[in-house]
Amino acid sequence: MSDANFEKFKTCAVEVLQVDGDKVTLEARFADDLDADSLDLVELVMALEEAFDVTVEEDELEGVETIGQAYELITAKL
Amino acid sequence: MSEDTGRVVLITGASRGIGAACAAAFVAQGDTVVNLSRTACPVPGVENHSCDLSDPTSLEAALDAVEAAHSSIDVVVANAGITRDQLSIRMSDDDFESVIATNLTATFRLLRRSLKKMVRQRSGRIVVVSSVGAYIGLPGQANYAASKAGLVGMARAMAREVASRGITVNIVAPGMIATDMSEALGEERLGAVMSTIPAGRLGSADEVAGGIVFLASPSASYITGAVLAIDGGIGMGL
Repeated sequence: MSDANFEKFKTCAVEVLQVDGDKVTLEARFADDLDADSLDLVELVMALEEAFDVTVEEDELEGVETIGQAYELITAKL
Repeated sequence: MSEDTGRVVLITGASRGIGAACAAAFVAQGDTVVNLSRTACPVPGVENHSCDLSDPTSLEAALDAVEAAHSSIDVVVANAGITRDQLSIRMSDDDFESVIATNLTATFRLLRRSLKKMVRQRSGRIVVVSSVGAYIGLPGQANYAASKAGLVGMARAMAREVASRGITVNIVAPGMIATDMSEALGEERLGAVMSTIPAGRLGSADEVAGGIVFLASPSASYITGAVLAIDGGIGMGL
C-alpha cells in the first residue's frame, strides 16, 4: 500500500466527511464510525474520482462499508 | 473560461414565455444567464446552448459545454415544457410519452447532473416549474398534468436528499399565464377557465418570474420543498 496514495485518500475523506484525520483508518465504518450517510459516500467518491482521475460506476459502490474497501476500490483503478 | 458576473443561472426553455421573462429578470440583477433550448433566448446577454432536451445525448453534450465554460452552477430553473393536448380516450401513446419525456424525464436528467455539481459546491438553488394543472387537472391534459404533478414529487424527494448541503429545491405552480402556451388552448377553452380565476385575469410571465427569482434569492434560504402557487387564486387551498 502506497502511503502517498493513502494520505491523498485521507485528505479527501477529512474534507468531505468533516472528521479528524486519525479517525480515517482502514477498518473505520462509514455509517457507524464516521457518521457518514449515503450522500456523504457519493460525495466522497466524486472527490476521489477528481483527486485520482479515475471513474467509479454506480454498481461498484455496492457493499462498500469501510474506508479500507473504498481505498481498495480506488487503488485498483490506478 | 469566461468571467462570470453575479451567479451562474441555467434556465431551460428561455426562448419565450416564462423562461424568457426569468432570463430577463436574472440578467437585470447582474447574473450570468445560460439558456438550454432548441431556439435562442431573445434577451440580450444570455448565453445560448442549442439542444433537444428530450434527447439524452444532446442534453449531456450541452451540459458538458456549460460546465466547461463556467466554474460553478448556482441556480437552475427547470422551466422547459410542452403540451400535446387531447382527450384521454383519443390520446396516443406518443402524445403521452413525449410530454412525459420532455417535461419530466429530461428535467430529472438535468437535475441529476446539476445536483452533482451543487453537492460538490455545497450550495445551489433549484426551481422547478410545475403548473396549477398538476392539482386541478384541465381537460385534455392528462399527459401534461401527469408530468407536472410528477415534477412536484420528484423535486421534493431531491429536496430532502440535499437540504443538509445548503441546496434548496422548490417548485412554482403557475396558473393561467399570458403566453403562447395558454393561447394554444384556443378561445373556447381559455374562456371557460377564465371565469374560474378569482383575480379575473391571466397572469403575466413577469409575475411568475418574480416568484422564481425570489426562490433563487438569499432571502429564500430556509425554503425548500415548497410549492409556490402563482395563479391569481385559481388553485387556492390545493
